[in-house]
Amino acid sequence: MDIILNIQNLSKTYQSGGRTLTVLDDISFAIEAGSTMSIVGPSGSGKTTLLGLCAGLDRSTSGIVELNHIRLDNLNEDQRAQVRNQHVGFIFQNFQLLPTLTALENVMVPLELRGEKNIRPRALELLDKVGLADRGHHYPTQLSGGEQQRVSLARAFSNSPKILFADEPTGNLDAETSEKVVKLIFDLNKEAGTTLILVTHDLDLASKTQRIIRIKGGSLVSDVKTKIENPERPDHVGA
Amino acid sequence: MSELNDPVTEEHKASLNFKWLLLMAWRDSRRNRSRLFLFISSIILGIAALVAIYSFEYNLRNDIDSQAKSLLGADLIIETNKTVKQESLPMLKSLGTERSEERTFASMIYFQKNGGTRLVNVRALSGDFPYYGDIETTPKTASRSFRLGKQALVDKTLMLQYDAKPGDSIKVGEVIFQIAGVLNKAPGQTGFNAAVAPIVYIPLSYLEETGLSQKGSRITYNFYYKFPPETNVNKLAKRLEPQLEKAELDYETVESRKENTGRSFEDMTEFLALVGFIALLLGCIGVASAIHIYIREKINTIAVLRCLGTSSRQAFLIYLIQIAGIGLIGSLIGAILGTLIQQFLPIVLKDFLPVEITVAISWMAVGQGLLLGLIISILFALLPLVSVRNISPLNTLRLSLEETSLFKDPIKWLVYFIIVLFIFGFTYLQMGSIKKTVLFTAGVLAGFIILAALAYAMMWLARRYFPSSWSYLWRQGFANLFRPNNQTLILVVSIGLGTAFICTLFFVQDILINRVTRSSSKNQPNMVLFDIQSNQKQAVADLTKSLNLPVLQEVPIVNMRMTEIKGRNAASYKKDSVAWGAMRGLEREYRVTYRDSLSDSEELIDGKWIGRAEPGKPVYVSLEEGYAKRIGVKIGDELTFNVQGAPLKVLVGSTRKVDWNRIQTNFILIFPTGVLEDAPQFHVLLTQVPSNELSAKYQQAVVRTFPNISMIDLGLVLSVLDEILNKMGFVIRFMAAFSIITGLIVLIASVLISKYQRIRESVLLRTMGASRKQILAITALEYFFLGALAAGAGIVLALIASWGLARFVFETTFSPELVPVLILFLLITSLTVLIGLFNSRGVLNRPPLEVLRSEV
Repeated sequence: MDIILNIQNLSKTYQSGGRTLTVLDDISFAIEAGSTMSIVGPSGSGKTTLLGLCAGLDRSTSGIVELNHIRLDNLNEDQRAQVRNQHVGFIFQNFQLLPTLTALENVMVPLELRGEKNIRPRALELLDKVGLADRGHHYPTQLSGGEQQRVSLARAFSNSPKILFADEPTGNLDAETSEKVVKLIFDLNKEAGTTLILVTHDLDLASKTQRIIRIKGGSLVSDVKTKIENPERPDHVGA
Repeated sequence: MSELNDPVTEEHKASLNFKWLLLMAWRDSRRNRSRLFLFISSIILGIAALVAIYSFEYNLRNDIDSQAKSLLGADLIIETNKTVKQESLPMLKSLGTERSEERTFASMIYFQKNGGTRLVNVRALSGDFPYYGDIETTPKTASRSFRLGKQALVDKTLMLQYDAKPGDSIKVGEVIFQIAGVLNKAPGQTGFNAAVAPIVYIPLSYLEETGLSQKGSRITYNFYYKFPPETNVNKLAKRLEPQLEKAELDYETVESRKENTGRSFEDMTEFLALVGFIALLLGCIGVASAIHIYIREKINTIAVLRCLGTSSRQAFLIYLIQIAGIGLIGSLIGAILGTLIQQFLPIVLKDFLPVEITVAISWMAVGQGLLLGLIISILFALLPLVSVRNISPLNTLRLSLEETSLFKDPIKWLVYFIIVLFIFGFTYLQMGSIKKTVLFTAGVLAGFIILAALAYAMMWLARRYFPSSWSYLWRQGFANLFRPNNQTLILVVSIGLGTAFICTLFFVQDILINRVTRSSSKNQPNMVLFDIQSNQKQAVADLTKSLNLPVLQEVPIVNMRMTEIKGRNAASYKKDSVAWGAMRGLEREYRVTYRDSLSDSEELIDGKWIGRAEPGKPVYVSLEEGYAKRIGVKIGDELTFNVQGAPLKVLVGSTRKVDWNRIQTNFILIFPTGVLEDAPQFHVLLTQVPSNELSAKYQQAVVRTFPNISMIDLGLVLSVLDEILNKMGFVIRFMAAFSIITGLIVLIASVLISKYQRIRESVLLRTMGASRKQILAITALEYFFLGALAAGAGIVLALIASWGLARFVFETTFSPELVPVLILFLLITSLTVLIGLFNSRGVLNRPPLEVLRSEV
């Protein structure tokens, strides 16, 4: 099996008021390409920090992060940005759409950054997939929370990422909207054959992934497989 | 790693880069354009001021070029303030195709109708001068017709002041002239000249009859020449130079007048440009502060872009493009505004201008303005912009704003260095002198640093001695001074600088007026009579006493020239470039007195005071200490004088310190008694006249009996000084207005920014039940504290600057008037509060939810 994310002996410490604060302590795991996994744990356990390190948003104090066979801990910030643009998709709890860009433009940005041509039809197609084909010219403030998260999903899949990181994707949504968004995430993920890593409090949501790792006090306390099958990989990605 | 460095991707990136950055800069600015424009609007006025001044300067230069001949009125002027030697006359009479002659001197005139008297500049003219341009008169024909009889042209302000009309009579010396017309403008004359020495033209043929051209009178002789158009007058003048020098005659050509006029206006435009530059710098501080807060608000957007794969350089460039774009638009508006303002500059400066100014668009000035605006907006925005490079994508997950300290980011130091270099470079381009540039740059930096230091000190004090016992509203308003996102620094610097500017201006005017009025206090002389001939001395004193006026001082004055210093003459010093002080000493005329004791305004510094010269022994004179240094002489050195034809060798016996601030006769050079008593001389008398009525009566009596005697009324000097200061003050106020309005725009911008900062808090307070009145009170208190601190800091700076000016430049004591300062303080504080409240009204009047939805 192809390993898309390999974490070895990962630690992260901060200096605070002259004291060393260990947020993550010697964490190791590996994820197969195309699988789904949740990181769960109580508030302050270090799960968001772990997500940040895995996605190359931050640098570890020690240990190895290998994403799609690229050692992130050896790269500088701009090189990591390039890795993110080429291989990573993000979904955030607070959607993080660019407020001055329309829904369509938000979806187009990762593709524009890659210098791809003729991207409008692809962005429109993705918006259509999330059910917002007619809202492309709206600004984020003109959309509801659920709609914003759907635009965010379309954006996350626009660069056909190898791995998708989702930080509490339903944290800001009501139950009904959450359900729809979760379904959309898993459907799109399955269709594109993307690896999905979820950070969540919600054990129901976590149980929808194939594997759950639990973090407590910065340490990995459990790593269990659920009964969910590995989704089949389609022939082409993201379409 | 192979996928990361995919060459196809790299190629794509390069090709899309700039276009995409432009697109993103445009998209990102969408909801912020009005705010961005507000930020940049603070540089508009600075640019406008500079473009206006540059345009004015270019137009003025062109106009001086095209009107140079009428400035001079002739092709060549030969002038001297000594009686023309007989042997020079043939040469003077042989030059040019047309010639005119003029003698000018100061004299009293007497208005027959109402008995008014006034010291004026009399110009006795013969010939057809001016050959270019005109003596402007009403009626127009008067400029020619007055030469035909006992007629005069009288300055228009004098005519108004003394309620005179053409056809009335004035007495000049012994002769009564009929006023042929009102003199509006003599060639090359400015309104400024007219205020200092109003002109009266009379025909030269009657000068002798007036009795004012006696030996010893200080007359300037001017000879005006017209040459055929093909003559190279400069070349001719150069050829004549040795001959003229020998005959102690000076000359001026159209070319040299052009240079001199241009040079004096360079100084003025240089000064005005620097005032405009200060307004621009003030605006830049506003830009830097506004962009700082703008970038803070953009952290999340930048973090998201970084998350999606934007490099730090790309993120930085997106915002740099935004700033450059908006800076260019701001500069363009500034340049247009400046071109419009330029139309008013000739009106503002009319009293100082010798030529008619044509107002035309100067593309050079517009270009300079655009370039300057672009550079300066980018330069100052760079300070906050460089931190964009350090914004981590991690901010998308949690907001962890880690401010990079100045010490950790060397790029910020580099930007500061470039800014200082830029200020230095710009100033140097204006002033062309390293010393002045260093002084100006240091002054500007010191001003900013002092204000910033005061702001920090106030924040520290407010935190350290926080008044915990105050009521909640007061505490909340007060605490806003030092809480995160406070506006204390920017407002104290911008409002403070504006206040300091207005305040210093006021203080300086006060210092100058005070310096003169102080001398007009009781028992100090307030009337000076000069040109009293030796045989009139007793009669004038008697006349003075007959009106119960005291003769406070009576001083003999002898005119002489220095011909040698330490045995070397002017020709010998001319070769010595270091001794320009001695050279200058040999070029001028000296008015010297003789007495046997020091006056109470003098103090012996070095050597020995010798009050009486013994026959057959060396003559010891006393020099003012500063002057002795300038011409490079010490005790015991030899000086040679030419006392109206007679050579006289003397030795330097002592040096004195002189208090020049006293209204009394003070001298650089004093002779002992027993040497000059028989030399041609005139006398000066000082008296104190208690009232205006008596002053008028006294002046009339003196002018009627002794028409050759001139009188200076200190009241008149005061009113002339007041007029000059008002004229200069108007120009300075006009320019200072740019800084003040810029300060206000920065204030409005800062307050608007703080509105965005405070909005969540106000809404939260309202949600928790705070009434509209309570929010209003907190906001009003915050701006009250800010306004008071800023105005206070500005006044402190102005006090420091004015004290320095008073102490070191005007050499007088400084006792500021506090009432106007207090009024200014209250005015600025209330203005700050008003603008603060006006801008916050949106938060107060609308429901909390609506505000949260639309603004945040």
